[in-house]
Amino acid sequence: MTLHLDAIVLRAGARTLIDGLTQTMSAGEVWCIAGPNGAGKTTLINVLAGLMKPASGRVSLEGRALASWRAAELARARALMPQATHDAFCATVLDTVLLNRFPYLTGWGWESDDDRSAARAALDMLGLAAFAARDVLTLSGGERQRVALAAVLCQNAPLLLLDEPLSHLDLHHQIDCLHALRDAAREHARTIVFSCHDLNLARRFATHALLLDGRGGAFVGRVTDVLTPERASAAFGYPLALIRDGEHEALVPSIHRS
Amino acid sequence: MSRVSERPRAMNASRAAAIWSALGIAALVVLVASLALGSVALPVSRAIGALFHAHAATPDIADEIVLTLRLPRALAGFASGALLALAGALLQVLLRNPLAEPYVLGVSGGAASFALAAMLAALPWWGVDLAACAGAFASIVIVLGLARKDLWQSGPDASPRLLLTGVVIASGWGALITLMLSIAPESRLRGMIFWLTGDLNGASAPWPALIALAIALVAIVPAAPQLNVLLRGDTAARALGVPVERLRLRVYLVASIAAAAAVTTAGTIGFVGLVVPHLLRLAFGNDQRMLVPAAALAGGLAVMAADLAARTVIAPAQLPVGVVTALIGVPMFLWMLLRRPR
Repeated sequence: MTLHLDAIVLRAGARTLIDGLTQTMSAGEVWCIAGPNGAGKTTLINVLAGLMKPASGRVSLEGRALASWRAAELARARALMPQATHDAFCATVLDTVLLNRFPYLTGWGWESDDDRSAARAALDMLGLAAFAARDVLTLSGGERQRVALAAVLCQNAPLLLLDEPLSHLDLHHQIDCLHALRDAAREHARTIVFSCHDLNLARRFATHALLLDGRGGAFVGRVTDVLTPERASAAFGYPLALIRDGEHEALVPSIHRS
Repeated sequence: MSRVSERPRAMNASRAAAIWSALGIAALVVLVASLALGSVALPVSRAIGALFHAHAATPDIADEIVLTLRLPRALAGFASGALLALAGALLQVLLRNPLAEPYVLGVSGGAASFALAAMLAALPWWGVDLAACAGAFASIVIVLGLARKDLWQSGPDASPRLLLTGVVIASGWGALITLMLSIAPESRLRGMIFWLTGDLNGASAPWPALIALAIALVAIVPAAPQLNVLLRGDTAARALGVPVERLRLRVYLVASIAAAAAVTTAGTIGFVGLVVPHLLRLAFGNDQRMLVPAAALAGGLAVMAADLAARTVIAPAQLPVGVVTALIGVPMFLWMLLRRPR
């Protein structure tokens, strides 16, 4: 599914977060949105999801402006994982994941066997099958985050928009989740856009990156061209150095400030 | 896959239908008991028979008791209990707060203030009912006017302001109620206290409440799948295609009108609206598609049963039904809550 951004401008109050961004995101690509706190990552993801209007510009999916999609139709085409979800009441993990089958419900709104198998497949993909009957309120922060990711996967949308899907996860699960996302992009030709603070994981798993500096600037392109020490240093306002050890590379905060 | 026996099993249409049928049958049993039991005990067959003598040429005294006293009172109890539990379940979803109950946004406070003022003015019973209804609607409109932004253009999480607005309005009504109780003449005080604790004595016209119940169910049951999604948060719900603002307004209006109709019929019966939805959640899980109709059935069942107890336990004297619902509800709720393994 092709997502096209046409001259997008984002503002927060008097600040200009993004000043005119044009870019196409295609099937099979994994995009990382990076940038300092308050740079507009969540705002951009909400705009890409069609939940918010940009200050100017236009987002289109498969050539049609997002505003012209019907809500139910759009919910089958793109899935959004918000930064935070609410769990005020008890519910099993399986039931929580099944909620994302809402766009497929018909009649009186009860799930079919297809919905259940999609939910189980998503739980399997993230290694959560054993958690299906657990109460979400008893889960740890990281486990909840994986449940939220499973929920988004079971929506079976070709475009996945994920707002900090790796937060609260330990390293092992971060890498497992990124593998699952990369497989989803490669094997099912999905388009994946996620925001992330770990530039090294982004360099390893994303194909493309969008780096915001929060002052209107946005660098886009292949991940290795965008998440470079020079650009990342400028965007984050702190010097970063790229170190290499054999085939491993890492961006680390420089010891020499300035 | 690990299964813990105490956890609710997955909900589906047939399991929900089984729960509704069980509650419906229990409600019918209590209805028949309500017709048969009382200061004049009737055999069950006679009590049911009276229902078919409604238009008989020569109704006898038993027919009169069943048709003009017990049936309207039982139906009014069922309707007000159902409305209260429905309103409680809906407000718990709308405010995403397990402590929400039908009176939390001030509907009952408005109704009570106006009703007590009508009693102070020595209006007849229909004047008191009318005043209660007007007060409930006044409160709905005030809260809606003040918090409309939070219902319509909800930000990341708009609920706290709606909740606070309602709670503050409710405490304002509370002060008015205390003021009126403190200046009321002794002779009127007893009636006013009974009204405040919830009382089905003299509830003779169940039809307005039953009609309100039917309208509320028709308005909200088709939206139950959307309510499930709304509980995950506004952003998640919107991304799944739920029209969040419209849905929130609909839930607020249905819950408020349900609470208003219940309070007008039976005064402020406490505890049912808070506890019945939670009992169902503890027993069967939090799927709104099951819960919304089940809350109505179980709430009706609870108030009808409590009223049967209220008028038979210390007969011929009667207890206010609100006292019975709370006295039975508190230990029952605590038992269900604490026996759950955590």
